Amino acid sequence: MNKKDLQKKSVDYRKNILKYIVGAKAGHTGGSLSCIDILNVLYNHVLNVSPQQFTSPDRDRYIQSKGHCVEALFVVLADKGFFPEEHLETLCQYKSHYIGHPTKKVKGVEQNTGALGHGLPIAVGNAIAAKLDKKDYKVYTLMGDGELPEGSNWEAALTAAHYKLDNLCAIVDKNTLQITAPTAEVCNTDPLDEKWKAFGWAVKEVDGHDIEALKQAFDSLPFEPGKPSVIIAHTVKGKGVSFMENNLKWHHGVPSKDEYELALSELDNSMQKAAV
Amino acid sequence: MAHIETTDPNGYKPNQEIFSEVLQSLAAADRDIIAVTSDSRGSGKLVPFGKKFPEQIIEVGIAEQNLVGVAAGLAAAGKKVFAVSPACFLTARALEQIKNDVAYSDNPVTVVGISAGVSYGALGSTHHSLHDFAALRAINNITVVVPADNFETAAATALAAKTNSPVYLRFGKRVMSNVKEVNDDTFVFGKGRVITEGNDAAVIACGETVYPAVQAAKLLAAQGINVTVVSMHTIKPLDTDLLAKLANQCKAIVTVEEHSVYGGLGEACASYLMQHGLHKPFRIVGIPDEYTVTGSQQDIFNHYNITKEGIADVVKGLL
Repeated sequence: MNKKDLQKKSVDYRKNILKYIVGAKAGHTGGSLSCIDILNVLYNHVLNVSPQQFTSPDRDRYIQSKGHCVEALFVVLADKGFFPEEHLETLCQYKSHYIGHPTKKVKGVEQNTGALGHGLPIAVGNAIAAKLDKKDYKVYTLMGDGELPEGSNWEAALTAAHYKLDNLCAIVDKNTLQITAPTAEVCNTDPLDEKWKAFGWAVKEVDGHDIEALKQAFDSLPFEPGKPSVIIAHTVKGKGVSFMENNLKWHHGVPSKDEYELALSELDNSMQKAAV
Repeated sequence: MAHIETTDPNGYKPNQEIFSEVLQSLAAADRDIIAVTSDSRGSGKLVPFGKKFPEQIIEVGIAEQNLVGVAAGLAAAGKKVFAVSPACFLTARALEQIKNDVAYSDNPVTVVGISAGVSYGALGSTHHSLHDFAALRAINNITVVVPADNFETAAATALAAKTNSPVYLRFGKRVMSNVKEVNDDTFVFGKGRVITEGNDAAVIACGETVYPAVQAAKLLAAQGINVTVVSMHTIKPLDTDLLAKLANQCKAIVTVEEHSVYGGLGEACASYLMQHGLHKPFRIVGIPDEYTVTGSQQDIFNHYNITKEGIADVVKGLL
């Protein structure tokens, strides 16, 4: 898929994220908008997954450690045909499978997540299994920068380096904000690249909204043979909607009708600008 | 610390050693059998496993949360995984991983709690696991199994490898004689084993407390009191059919466990009996809710009357 097609998808995904969050009157708006370009490139350029071969033992694995941004994942999975998009109209409703975190009851979801600091250890287990079975699939996990103080991440980071898991890629959606305050004020994890390097990982930093930069980063995996790779994706929480960007209020803020319409018009305009 | 026997003239061994032997035989026949350890292969008796099957043991270092997460990821990719670590750390520090990554995500890991209960008696409360039944009983989708002896351990380990859903196996360090002379019965999860039969009282025990319960039954038999002793090796799902049968045929029921009296086998039995109108004199023998005394496992059993005399006295007190 070329750059323009992917950029259009990102706009459509953002519109759908907002649509279903407004419908559910709940959701993690800011973080879903910060990670959606990463998911777009993963599902439309990187991962060899599809509804038809989702049970294949050779499929790539994607585990969303920042499970609260499930709206981004659901919108992409619907687009990929894992389930009819209208299912998302039941988001967070009584007995709906489409709950506020990924669950395997939804086709296309690899692991149930939601508690933070769980994705990387599971991904490490997947990646070790691939090595033991001499299979070529890759394992990807998306983490938020706010979840990095969870110690289990760093336990798993050590194991990944120890087992030389160059079939593993972690992506940090570094949007620099979490529910209380800027991440640097809550628990500073900078310099993040040096921490990952010290744990034995190969690191690349990219603009997490630059489709081409993301493609190039994923295309160059593993960054070093014999080492797990981490992409530190610099992102903007609430990206794409001016009044949501870098505003803590939108961590799990739900737009009003007026805000929703304004957001849609901004997103449509951004698409038109890109087309010119 | 009192001496703990490690050899037995009859060839009996600690249950966790039997576990390791069975796991080795399973691993020899199936490359998908994987042990995951957290610097625990020594206490888990898995050193020979690691030597024979270096590609089938994954070491994560002292990192129990990661141990369980990695085990879940391996299981999700088709491996038959045994995550082995001292029960005290495994079921406390990594409880969220057991709850979410194993049970909720339905990754078929066998979580193996070694040196459980007060096996590390002299090392203090940090090393005791007297909470694990309670914690795991409240988590959906995990079978909780506490083998009494070498026979049950071998059977439970083999069965866990075949079970495509989460299992918790709990073992101690003590050399365990088989509690039944002839092991001709079939072992399945969720069905208690009747060790002795008698209609005066039922003693329902699990794990390493089944042996003193059987000894208590012998003491009582000499006094004309006939007791049914059950090894209730599966704490969840509980064998409620057997429990109801015992409640109908016996005059009193005593439960025995190497666990807090809160939330374990005893309260599981009490809950069922109460809610089904099966009201019989009833007592829970276990570790009371207090700052646990230290010493060898036997010292602690003696202190809390988890002995043949102590159990016999509780039975007589109810009759």
